[in-house]
Amino acid sequence: MDKRLSNAIALGFLWVAGITTVVVLAAVIIYVLVNGIGQMTPEFIFTRPHGVNAEGGIGPTIVSTVYVTALAMLIVTPVAILAAVYLAEYAVQGRLVRIIRFAADTLASVPSIVMGLFGLALFVEALGFDFSMLSAALALGFLMLPIVMRTTEEAIRAVPKYIRWGSYGLGASKWQTVSRTVLPAAMPRILTGIILATGRAVGETAVVIYTMGQAINVPITPMDSGRPMTVHLYLLAMEGINLPAAYGTALLLMAMILFFNLTARWLLRRSRRIR
Amino acid sequence: MTDHALADHFREPVDDHGVKIAVRDLDFYYGDFHALTGIDIDIRERGVTAFIGPSGCGKSTFLRCLNRMNDLIPGTRVDGTITLDGEDIYGEGVDPVDLRRRVGMIFQQPNPFPMTIYDNVAFGPRLHGVKKKGELDEIVQKSLERANLWKEVKDIMDRNGLSLSGGQQQRLCIARVLAVEPDVMLMDEPCSAIDPTSVQKIEDLMAELKDRITIIIVTHNMQQAARVSDETAFFLQERMGEAAELVEFGRTAEIFTSPQDRRTEDYITGRFG
Repeated sequence: MDKRLSNAIALGFLWVAGITTVVVLAAVIIYVLVNGIGQMTPEFIFTRPHGVNAEGGIGPTIVSTVYVTALAMLIVTPVAILAAVYLAEYAVQGRLVRIIRFAADTLASVPSIVMGLFGLALFVEALGFDFSMLSAALALGFLMLPIVMRTTEEAIRAVPKYIRWGSYGLGASKWQTVSRTVLPAAMPRILTGIILATGRAVGETAVVIYTMGQAINVPITPMDSGRPMTVHLYLLAMEGINLPAAYGTALLLMAMILFFNLTARWLLRRSRRIR
Repeated sequence: MTDHALADHFREPVDDHGVKIAVRDLDFYYGDFHALTGIDIDIRERGVTAFIGPSGCGKSTFLRCLNRMNDLIPGTRVDGTITLDGEDIYGEGVDPVDLRRRVGMIFQQPNPFPMTIYDNVAFGPRLHGVKKKGELDEIVQKSLERANLWKEVKDIMDRNGLSLSGGQQQRLCIARVLAVEPDVMLMDEPCSAIDPTSVQKIEDLMAELKDRITIIIVTHNMQQAARVSDETAFFLQERMGEAAELVEFGRTAEIFTSPQDRRTEDYITGRFG
């Protein structure tokens, strides 16, 4: 075939594939935006649903989602970071480390509904935490743990060797080097990982539907149950109760996740500028 | 430059100081690779000693033996003895962490930490337990002054160290080392990644600092060795895969004007390397 022709054909396919991606993304966003924008009132965001068709707002579900995500983050971050520091800095790089890393990667791709089922069995039933913020946060934690751990590990590995040398050269011990230079230097990328995992948790449905319950509460203690936005959206849409409110919820969810992703990008870019 | 002009260039020979670091029959291995063999050298206290030689001749490797930086590379091994003030630095009971406080190091790539200028300099003192703000302020200012950087940064102490120019960054690293009051400062090609004006500043700085501390500089730049050092050691790996050795060591003036070894002369006159 003529060289120029094959080039033109390849370019055509690439172009179509690229455009398809953009169109799909735009279609989803525009569809939700058009259907949901009418709901964006202070009343919708701050008040409780009421009546048989869940009229009114979705306030408690926003609180539940933010509550459970924050709690999960608080639980996961220290564990994930310490594990990553161990893996990247202390563990003898060999078979055990490879197994841990493989396990983490696999854990990250376990279907979330399986994680939800596991959370139901372990936290809700066996440990007796019942449907609660705590049960849901712990189950979500399983989902976030591998993401935060692996991004933290990569972030630590990306810290240039000569920064460590500088620290050792001043008479710092290994732990002093890790805690005072390596972790601060890796922090923007670690934060990025945490934020991305948080975005994932905000949008998670299967895990929380099994572990948080469905009651429309404003949760106060970690032992309170509640209904997160995703579950609210699921119920409204599946049972055809109130589609406009479902779109409104979807729009808010998307906005929250977009916010998290933009924050992550901003942090990453800022850290690059410092280098 | 003719030999005569070169000779004029040298600083007055320093008075004989005591021996700061004595190395006897040192061999060094990276795993199976025998990198250095039979090194014997006495580094004099206060003054500048330069290590020269073609790339891959083991001069940087040897430098990193002197503060046990090579310990950080798995699979390395040292035979022979190195003493600092008469004490074996590879002896039992010597903590490399304490050693590196006494033997500071400057690297080829300026490596300020990604934190403020102040925190960079205060890093070492804080490691070693200085907490009081007043005391830290004093150490930071004094160290920056001794590194000839104070005037340039005194109003921007809370800027990120990485926002400085390459030459300033290197002086910041020197200030950071000075802040822990080392006896010895090892400099591993400190000027090869920075601009010529800054090189001048760092060389001037070395001349000022050598009255107080022992400086050892690895350089591939012979003019620099001739300008800054009192004594010069020439390292050479004769053939690829063979261990490098110390070919000649002596007063810089003598090494550059009347080398005893043919190989030294060939290197200095630019016949190889």
